[in-house]
Amino acid sequence: MIGALILRDVRRSFTGGAWLPIAFFLLVATLLPFALGPDAKLLGRVGAGALWIAVLTAALLPIERLIEPDRADGVLDQLSLHGIADETIAVAKIAAHWLTFGPLLFVAVFPAAALLDISRQDLVRVLLSILIGTPGLAALAVAVAALTAGLPRAGSMAGLLVLPLAVPLLIFAAAFCSDGERQAMALEAAISMLLLAGAPFVGGAAIRAART
Amino acid sequence: MTPLLRFEEVTLHRGGRLLFEALSFELGPGERLQVTGPNGSGKSSLIRLAAGLLRAESGRVDRSPLALADDALALDRELPLGRALQFWNPSPERSMDALGLAHLGLVPVRLLSSGQLKRATLARVAASGAPLWLLDEPLNALDADGGRKLGLLVEHHLDSGGAVMAASHQRLGGEWRKIELAS
Repeated sequence: MIGALILRDVRRSFTGGAWLPIAFFLLVATLLPFALGPDAKLLGRVGAGALWIAVLTAALLPIERLIEPDRADGVLDQLSLHGIADETIAVAKIAAHWLTFGPLLFVAVFPAAALLDISRQDLVRVLLSILIGTPGLAALAVAVAALTAGLPRAGSMAGLLVLPLAVPLLIFAAAFCSDGERQAMALEAAISMLLLAGAPFVGGAAIRAART
Repeated sequence: MTPLLRFEEVTLHRGGRLLFEALSFELGPGERLQVTGPNGSGKSSLIRLAAGLLRAESGRVDRSPLALADDALALDRELPLGRALQFWNPSPERSMDALGLAHLGLVPVRLLSSGQLKRATLARVAASGAPLWLLDEPLNALDADGGRKLGLLVEHHLDSGGAVMAASHQRLGGEWRKIELAS
């Protein structure tokens, strides 16, 4: 059933709006040269950090469709009646969300890096930081989606919750991208894993609380 | 015989209002129970409590494996009905047939009428194989033929040792034991 749930969410996401966050990410990357001017040196220097800001804002877009539609439609109730723990549902949602967000973003970094004239060496670091950071970001998105499910203006609330909590991820990811320090990468990985470990419990508890 | 559903001194408040207090009853194999009462008297809450989706403040609820049909559809609207039901049960064909949905298996869920959707949620319950059925307003949006087909399914389920609890302010076919909730 868990596999079926992940497959279903991946299918729904690809037929739904999985491309939107990626298009948004590329759009932000396109706007940067307009905002900062076409100075290749400057763009190369700030590019990696700017891309990470684009990643964080793009990660906000899908939040409203991660949990709320299934809560409103009774899918979460029926899963619970099938004996699936709410935490397990959250794990499946995180896995499905990452599968439709992480790999696409990874690919989208290539054209974005070309637009910002990011050097080959920096590009490798950006890709690595995306690979390390997006699982944690997906976990955070699902936890916040569960916390805000059913609330009015859930989308804006979710933004206010996700961005502050993603700051540590941003700090270490950007630090690693700019100077390639291993410690920064290790700390980014640690934070990503912390988010991955905590999010299923937060998400599960939030799903349960939304029921009563 | 062990009951399939047992309420023991159950009390439930919702939104600061007492819905019922120290409610006790048992539902054994082959039994059917109808919860009646005016709008807002807590029929749906009682069903959700029986399903384990709500928790009582006090008292105990024991339940065997169950299936629930309520207002929520819980079917993917972009999928054909047959595949949408298969997400929950590998072989829903017989139940779909019993509810007159066999010819709609390839029609996307979003194109179905509200009566057909109601039949679909009932088909999910019938296909579940669970001994206890919880039906919240099963006759809503159902036409006379649908009501008759549901009646047959319920009879068959009771004969095979199952139990049904339904919340409805309408008359259900057959002999039902009743619990009336006050407003």
